[in-house]
Formats: sequence, structure tokens, C-alpha cells
Amino acid sequence: MSQLIQLAANGQASIVADEWTRVVPPAPAEESVRKQAGKVVLFKLTGEPTFSAEQIANTHIPATGKILVPLTIWQARKAELQPRLAAGELGIVLATHETAEALQAEFADINSLPIIAIFVERFADGRIFTLGAWLRTRFGYKNELRAIGDVLRDQLFFHKRAGFNSFLIRADRSAEDALASLNDFSQPYQGGVADVPVWRRVNRA
Amino acid sequence: MYKYDPIDQQIVNERVAQYRDQTRRYLAGELTDEEFRPLRLQNGLYIQRHAPMLRIAVPYGLLSSKQLRKLADITKKYDRGYGHFSTRQNLQLNWPKLEDTPDILAELATVEMHAIQTSGNCIRNITTDQFAGIAPDEIIDPRAIAEIMRQWSTFHPEFALLPRKFKIAVSGTEKDRAIVQAHDIGLEFYKDAQGQMAIKVWVGGGLGRTPILGTVIREHLEWQHVLSYCEAIIRVYNIHGRRDNIYKARIKILVKALGIEEFNRQVEEEWAHLKDGPLTITQNELDRVAKYFEPMPYKTLPAHDAAFDAAVASNPAFAAWVKRCVHAHRVPGYRAVTLSLKPHGKAPGDITSEQMHVVADLADAYSFGELRSSHEQNLILADVQLSDLFAVWEKARAAGLATPNIGLLTDIICCPGGDFCSLANAKSIPIAEAIQMQFDNLDYLYEIGDLELNISGCMNACGHHHVGHIGILGVDKDGSEWYQVTIGGKQGNDASIGTVIGPSFSAEEMPGVVKRLIEVYVRERQDEERFIDTVRRLGVAPFKAHVYAEKETA
Ligand code: HEM
Ligand code: SF4
Repeated sequence: MSQLIQLAANGQASIVADEWTRVVPPAPAEESVRKQAGKVVLFKLTGEPTFSAEQIANTHIPATGKILVPLTIWQARKAELQPRLAAGELGIVLATHETAEALQAEFADINSLPIIAIFVERFADGRIFTLGAWLRTRFGYKNELRAIGDVLRDQLFFHKRAGFNSFLIRADRSAEDALASLNDFSQPYQGGVADVPVWRRVNRA
Repeated sequence: MYKYDPIDQQIVNERVAQYRDQTRRYLAGELTDEEFRPLRLQNGLYIQRHAPMLRIAVPYGLLSSKQLRKLADITKKYDRGYGHFSTRQNLQLNWPKLEDTPDILAELATVEMHAIQTSGNCIRNITTDQFAGIAPDEIIDPRAIAEIMRQWSTFHPEFALLPRKFKIAVSGTEKDRAIVQAHDIGLEFYKDAQGQMAIKVWVGGGLGRTPILGTVIREHLEWQHVLSYCEAIIRVYNIHGRRDNIYKARIKILVKALGIEEFNRQVEEEWAHLKDGPLTITQNELDRVAKYFEPMPYKTLPAHDAAFDAAVASNPAFAAWVKRCVHAHRVPGYRAVTLSLKPHGKAPGDITSEQMHVVADLADAYSFGELRSSHEQNLILADVQLSDLFAVWEKARAAGLATPNIGLLTDIICCPGGDFCSLANAKSIPIAEAIQMQFDNLDYLYEIGDLELNISGCMNACGHHHVGHIGILGVDKDGSEWYQVTIGGKQGNDASIGTVIGPSFSAEEMPGVVKRLIEVYVRERQDEERFIDTVRRLGVAPFKAHVYAEKETA
């Protein structure tokens, strides 16, 4: 059973097959536990490096098919990946601590990407929402914007309003159940990426 | 006050349904503790020492009598018959059951109340001055904008999971009573040279482990842009705030790390994309919301009332109450009344179900059915006629709500501390009670005059100890409870963070320590000088000398 929920242009949500294969670098040889004030650090800071040169070099990229590639890997292995982009077979994965500017710097027209996925390592990392909103509004991105990683139904409503139109639900949860959450609220107060604040939408007098 | 329309009601109802299902999934084991945590927190539910704790939102401190009656019934039915007003104007229940919380929220929804975003790493309940709309020194009534901001921040799609909690305070008076400088964003409303409503924006204030007063990031913001401007600030914070270390995650740390110029540059860059967009508040929307905050149907009354004057002259107890608990009002013949939730020897801010009913009745009979909560943890009847004050006093007194100590040493701001809070290093309620008992002589309290004493049970500073004239902080030393004392903190326009006077004290020593601080003040003060001014003039040294000298000889 697929875990991918997609929104059609009319907002209708359905579970669909996932055509994209995610390219994932191998885990680093040894990852030291990062600590601050005695606590394990859970989040990377915006601007921190995502993968080491070694990880990037050792990443296996499938020779055919549609692939979702981390931005860092694209940056390092552009020559090899360029034809896939031209063929419409390449999408980019942005981590929540990477920036929309870094993505734009790579693609003169970000709409040449059929899909951008934002990978959230931990659901509590709300950067994904601002990144989504930026890509849609400031950067004018029109194609598929997908939330991947630790994606749970209780955040979907926010993802949707921040501009995401597909959601890869975490493997151990039911995408079927998650569908309902997209409509938790019928008339939000503030504007989202695709709507305006309630007072511009409705006459409340 | 603001009245829900069908949209507001639907949002709250849908929230109850959503949360009911989340609780069901949690109890069924479909959600882990970690996954449920932010969900319950954003519905006001902490898991605390004895039981869950539920924090009910009182937006900018406004309550109707009907709402208060509902709160009384809820505390009776689901808790132990009392609630605790917090320093953020909300009401906390200390003993609800997790399984009951969806029902509690459903009951709240029937009176246009909820617990949305009273905790969690999102934009919290917006706070303001308890005298908004009636204060003689008010320049702009900020409540309509506060309500518009409440709506904008409720389920904001981008700001549900910020690096840390985010607090906004609004103030529209000459004398700041909302502590705008101790908030992540403080909005100070004023009239600009053209007579238009404008906002001075403070950013990066906060207490807690690293107390920092905010910095002005913008002297003049046109009110129409307040949402887009705040959105720009919070976007910068959402992306660049530190998530790697919870103690450094507040916006104050980001502002300090970047410096206000660089932070401001980033905000301006972001704002350029948002300004004049759909978030711009229209005059229509402001007017629609402001309608709910129009002045009450006041009568035309003389500025004086002979019977009231006579009662003050002949009844010293009443006179004492009038002096401390009755406040000026912009409309002639009216006064605001603070009902003290600080009787000596009881937990500051606590109120029983029965008292809630009394207060609701008082509000109906004498104050247009409305009341307010203050960050000092008291309740206010904002619109009482002079001629009714005596009756209000008698009824409030009978219910134990008329301790004439507002603004005095025993009007203590106090967090729940070790009795309820699982983060506490030490108890705070018994310290407050012991100090209140030590200073149970009202004449002496009056002689000491205006003094703010704030107590927190740990570094998180829920009791605002940093900005108390005297601040008491519970600390943990080798597993036992100790108390560190600061003096010279202040809220308001000339806010300051207090200075630690020296090594900490045991619980038993605390009433004596406060007594000795007061002795120095009484000895050293000049003319009408308040405690805080004496501390500012003399510094910590004489206080320290006296407190610790006594300690050595004792
Ligand atoms: C019993 C449950 C409570 C818990 C677990 C709790 C937790 C916390 C925590 C973790 C902080 C630190 C925030 C930071 O510095 O980043 C904090 C701060 C604060 N809390 Fe509480 N709190 C509780 C009750 C209260 C109560 C009862 C009040 C009001 C009486 C309150 C009002 C505040 C305020 C005003 C701050 C100020 C710090 C700031 O703005 O930086 N809290 N609380
Ligand atoms: S100051 Fe500490 S002890 Fe007191 S309520 Fe806040 S977190 Fe709990």
C-alpha cells in the first residue's frame, strides 16, 4: 500500500503510487553524538553541512527511473545528473536546515524541477512550513511540493496550507487515516499560501 | 468583549473534535508520548507533578460572567473546586484527568472559550494591560488589534512548531502595564504626529534562564502592517532560531547573536515581500472587530458621590480597600476594582468555584457582566459606579476577595512551584504564604507602600522574579531547596532586571530576609521614595550588608 497522498488541482486528496525513488546517502562511518548542555542535539542549524564529501561520493544513484536527489548531492555531482534533469527524471530533496536560496542558486528556473521534496527529520521541526511557503510565494514554484520524512497526519493541515501538495506519510502509519486530517478545519483565520485571510474571503459583518 | 461569529465557533468546535481524536489515538497507543506531546501542549495540557495541568486561554485577560460561571462549574466537576490564575492572564487547572480533557474543552467551547496555544512552541495567548479601554492614561485601546492578532496566530500554518514558545504583549497606555519589554514581541501603541494609530515594536525580550529586556526594532509601524511585520519577524526566527539547544532557542538569543542591526536587516528583507500583501489589515476589519470593544453604556454621572465620600470618611476598613483596590477610570463616576486573589496565607492567584460564582454575580450586578484577569494574578471589575463601591466591597469581603493589599508587599506574584510543577527546584507557594503571614499587619504594609515581590520555583521565571522589586528564585543545592534573592527588578516603561544580592537562603530564613530588606528601605528612604527607587539610588550594597550581617550574628 502506498503511503503517498497527493492533492489534485481541485484540492481533492487521494492515495497514489509513488513514482519517485529517493536517493539516500550511506550513513557516515561513525557519527559522533552531538551534545549541548548535556543533552543530545536533535536538530541541525540552518546552514550546517548536510552530508560529508565521503558520503556524497559513496551515494549510489540508480541509473534509470525518476529520482529524488538531495541538494548537496546535486551540487557535487551535477555533471552526472544533468541529463536526468533534462529528461524530467530528477527532483530535489531539501533538508529543513538548508535554504530556499541555496536551491534557487542551483536552478535558474526552479520550475524546471518537476518535484521538490522537503525532508523533515523530526516532525517537531517547523522550518518545513516556512520553506514551503517561501518556495510557493517568493520563489514562484508551481510543481509538486512534497513533505517527506517524519510526516504525521497531525501536521498535514499545516503542510497543506504552507503550500505542500503531496505528503509521504511515515511508513508505520496509515495514509488512509491521514486523509481525513487534511480537512480538520473548514475556515481558517489567516491566509495560507493559496488563500487570503478570512476577512478578505468572507463577509463577517 | 469580542463575540464569536459562526466562523469562530466552528474553529473552536473543530478543534475539540480534532483533539478528541488525538487523545483517543494516544490512549489507544496509536500515538507515542513524543508525538502526542506537542498536540496536547497546543491544547494547554501539561503532564505535571500530580496530574495533568490544563491551561485555559483568557485572551488578553477578558472574561464574561457567563464564562467565569462555566469555569466555576468545570473546576467543580472535573477538578478540585478551584483554579489558578497565571501571570499570563490564563486560568490553570491543577487536577484534571487526561481522559476528561476533551470534554472540558467541549464545555469551554459552549461559552466561546478554549485552551488553544496556551503552551507549546507556537504563538501563545496574547496579553495586555488589565485596564485596557478604561485607563485614564490610555492612548489607544489595543484590544481590537489584539483580537485580530489572536485570530491570525490561531493555527497559523507556518508557526505551529517554532523553535520555542512565542509570546506577544500589547500595550496602549502611557504607563506600560503589559511588560512589553519582557516579551518576544512587544507592541506599544501610540498616536503618531499625524494623529494616526502607530506601533512601536520591541523584540527579543524574555525572562527565563537568560533574562533579557527587548530592543526597539521599529519606532513607527503603521497599524495596518502589524500582521505582515510580525510574520516577517517570526519567519526569520523560525528559520534561524536555534533548535539544537532548548535553552538557546528563544528569539532573544537569536537577536543577541545576530545583533539588532543584522536581525533588523533580515526582517526588513523579509517584510519587503509581505508588506502591502493580503495580510494588510483593512479599516473594515478593524472597525468590525473594534465594535465589540466600544465603550460600555456608561451613565452620565457626577464625578463625586456623597454617600461614597461619607463611607470612606467613616469606615477605615472600606477606606483602606478603596485606597489599594480601587483605581481611576476615564469615565467620571466610575472606578475599576481589583478583587484580590492574595489573601494572606493562601496560594496567590487561586480562586475557588464558589468565589468564581460570587465574582460572576458581582460582574453582572455592577460591571456590565465583564471582568479581567491581570498578570499580577488578580481579577478586575472594570466599570463600577462610585455609588456601588460600598456594596461591592461588602460582598467581595464576605467572599474573601477584598484583602486591601493590591500593589503592596503581600500582593505576591507566585508560580505554582514545587507543589504542582514538575520543573520546580523548590516550592514557591509556601514561601509566599510565609511572607504574607510575616507581614500580616496592614498598617505596616501601608507604611512600606508600593512594592512588588515575585517568586518563581525555578529558572523558567514563570513568577517573573527578575522584574520584581524583590525577586525570589527557587534553586536546588545538593537536592535541597534554597532561595536566591534579587532586588531592583522592575516592570513597566523603565523596566530592569534585578541583581542577585548574594548566596541563597533556606525556606525558613525567607520571611526574615524580606523583613531585613524592608528594614534597610525604611531606614534609608527619602521622602515618598518607593522601595525600587531606594534600591536604584543606593544599589545593592546596604541591603546585602544588613541581610547577611544578621545572618552571621544569628
Ligand atoms: C505548572 C506548569 C508550568 C510549567 C511546566 C511551565 C513551564 C515553563 C517553562 C519551561 C518556561 C521557560 C521558558 C523559556 O525560558 O524558554 C516558563 C516560563 C514562563 N512561564 Fe511557565 N510553566 C508553568 C506554569 C506557569 C504558570 C502558573 C505561570 C503563571 C503564573 C507561567 C508563566 C510563565 C511566564 C510568564 C514565563 C516567562 C518566561 C519568559 O517569558 O521568558 N507558567 N514556564
Ligand atoms: S517557574 Fe519553574 S517551578 Fe515555577 S511554574 Fe514555572 S517552570 Fe514551574
